[in-house]
Amino acid sequence: MLSIKNLHAAVAGNEILKGIDLEVKAGQVHAIMGPNGSGKSTLAAVLAGREEFEVTRGTVSFAGKDLLGLAPEERAREGLFLAFQYPVEIPGVNSSYFLRTALNEIRQHRGLEKVSAMEFLKIIREKLQLVEMDEKFLKRSVNEGFSGGEKKRNEILQMATLEPRLAVLDETDSGLDIDALKIVANGVNKLRSKDNAFIVVTHYQRLLNYIIPDFVHVLYQGKIVKSGDKELALHLEDYGYDWIKEENSRSERW
Amino acid sequence: MTEEMETLHEFTNQEYKYGFVTDIESDTLPKGLNEDIIRAISAKKAEPDWMLQWRLTAFRNWSKMEEPTWANVKFNPIDYQDIVYYAAPKKSDGPKSLDEVDPAILEMYNKLGIPLHEQEVLAGVAVDAVLDSVSVATTFKEKLSDLGIIFCSFSEAVREHPELVKKYLGSVVPPGDNFFAALNSAVFSDGSFVYVPKGVRCPMELSTYFRINAQFTGQFERTLIIAEEGSYVSYLEGCTAPMRDENQLHAAVVELVAHDNATIKYSTVQNWYPGDKEGKGGIYNFVTKRGLCKGVGAKISWTQVETGSAITWKYPGCVLQGDHSVGEFYSVALTNNYQQADTGTKMIHIGKNTSSTIVSKGISAGFGQNSYRGQVKILKNATNARNFSQCDSLLIGDKCGAHTFPYIEVKNSTGQVEHEATTSKIGEDQIFYLNQRGISTEDAVSMIVNGFCKEVLAELPMEFAVEAQKLLGVSLEGSVG
Ligand SMILES: Nc1ncnc2c1ncn2[C@@H]1O[C@H](COP(=O)(O)OP(=O)(O)OP(=O)(O)O)[C@@H](O)[C@H]1O
Ligand SMILES: [Mg+2]
Repeated sequence: MLSIKNLHAAVAGNEILKGIDLEVKAGQVHAIMGPNGSGKSTLAAVLAGREEFEVTRGTVSFAGKDLLGLAPEERAREGLFLAFQYPVEIPGVNSSYFLRTALNEIRQHRGLEKVSAMEFLKIIREKLQLVEMDEKFLKRSVNEGFSGGEKKRNEILQMATLEPRLAVLDETDSGLDIDALKIVANGVNKLRSKDNAFIVVTHYQRLLNYIIPDFVHVLYQGKIVKSGDKELALHLEDYGYDWIKEENSRSERW
Repeated sequence: MTEEMETLHEFTNQEYKYGFVTDIESDTLPKGLNEDIIRAISAKKAEPDWMLQWRLTAFRNWSKMEEPTWANVKFNPIDYQDIVYYAAPKKSDGPKSLDEVDPAILEMYNKLGIPLHEQEVLAGVAVDAVLDSVSVATTFKEKLSDLGIIFCSFSEAVREHPELVKKYLGSVVPPGDNFFAALNSAVFSDGSFVYVPKGVRCPMELSTYFRINAQFTGQFERTLIIAEEGSYVSYLEGCTAPMRDENQLHAAVVELVAHDNATIKYSTVQNWYPGDKEGKGGIYNFVTKRGLCKGVGAKISWTQVETGSAITWKYPGCVLQGDHSVGEFYSVALTNNYQQADTGTKMIHIGKNTSSTIVSKGISAGFGQNSYRGQVKILKNATNARNFSQCDSLLIGDKCGAHTFPYIEVKNSTGQVEHEATTSKIGEDQIFYLNQRGISTEDAVSMIVNGFCKEVLAELPMEFAVEAQKLLGVSLEGSVG
């Protein structure tokens, strides 16, 4: 589904991603961990098409298409979803209107009929239940005045509604209380199918107790320096990143 | 420059959609302004002598006045002798029904999306369409007259209801009020007149579409609305104009009078030709609008969405004379390319327990300059007067400007005045967020801007709110970053 080959990306002249290789197949969950500033959000942003990150080398194909050749909205319509680490507030824009517009753009792209406000209400009610959110959030402006945890949950609500092929969750667990964490994880698990895939960026092994990953990767200084299964996350939980950093500086010296 | 920026620029470079000229023989006076021209205008309209004298007095005042220079706008000097002050469609007797209206005119309105035939049936909207200087068609008049409501062209009011016109004309905006008001008083061509009798709630939105048509023609409408005790009326004016190279002067005057516990809601959607991308052409929109809350508990509410004109100079205000009277001003002003707007309001608190609310949303894109200028004055006897003002500016791109000039004068120590102001930029992160959900940049900008203006749009009558939303989108096409 997603194939990243030797991806390099820079921002403001600094190279942040220094050769990423990653294969994600339908039905899989990949976790990406790594110290602060290692490039996890940058990778997510590059996949989603954020302009200020310049891809200097490498290729990314997504569902058979050259992802890097598509505009951000086209990537979204193709089924790429990014749950933002810091969801943006959009004052005055009604949440329900926003999400229905998004859904209809994506449906149209898939050759489906647009949904009316009434039909949308039916769909969204079901999704709200999935993430245990109150309907009153729909009446508010997009993310405006939402608490940190509410914003994260709102990202999952959007994901559930838009039904992406590939969802990249950038630290969706940060700032969530334990109950909310379970709700979000549960939401993700319910959406998991043999046709879609997830990339879960996280700092905490805890999330991976609920969302069991098929692979765990460690991103360090713009490269994936270690890959393994869920045991790797447990190991990191116990030993931190020092051994990775050390291994890596050794390899640099050689 | 990011891609969003580029799209923003494309968005801004939208051509004006309403640029076409209808070919109607027009009955036109020569260019220039002097007492003879004024006599000729008055004669063409078969006005009574008192009306002519009123015009002449205004003209003599105007001749001694100077064009104001305090507004934050720049333009080439206007040659007032190079303007045609009167143009009317040829058919001299006003049409009695739509069937009698020149098909070319109806066709033009259809292009503008104002299907009169449909409007007659739909939405309960009565339309008094002003083409250049003369009213073309008035609908629903009979229905209204059953309730004692008068809704007609200004000229007709002068003929049919002289006692009302005499009593109220110039009572809110005196002929010598300012340079442009004096000019209008001397040469005004036509406009609308509304009278709502005591206790009557006008059952439909009254609406007028103004349109500048003949070349070199300044348009000088005059609108007068009177709401008697306990009555209610909602009035909407919408404007648009065809493409022109020459700058055209538009100097209207609107006067509103609300008696005890009467409410007047006046909404404007202004989309005159803004000029091209280089700032060539476009309408000079120099307008004086004022409402008098004459009686106890009277309420006047102005809502404006100003997206057109090369220059907008306009401060719809309220004189809160009656105790417990209420004034409101809700405004969206959008400037794109080289458009300039200097707009805001004046709230003059005279009576006790009067209150006013000001919500102003300025949007600047391209090289647009947008100034909010607002005056809140609480006079000595206005005990417990309240004002709340909120002025928000939204910048799109980095070549435009937003300015705020609040003037506050409080002469009664019980007065309370609150002023809030914010300036923000459309964020690339907001646009990206919407992009990431499958929404194109153009739609994203339109969505963000409409969200920014929400409180004001909510004040517009439903069907016009939708139109205004579209207009904001269209006016900004090509502008985002
Ligand atoms: N716009 C930018 N300008 C300059 N440097 C940037 C910019 N965006 C990111 N960086 C740098 O790129 C590096 C990687 O940042 P990124 O946000 O991808 O890290 P991360 O792995 O997501 O970290 P965290 O775990 O803290 O979220 C950091 O050093 C950051 O400072
Ligand atoms: Mg990050």
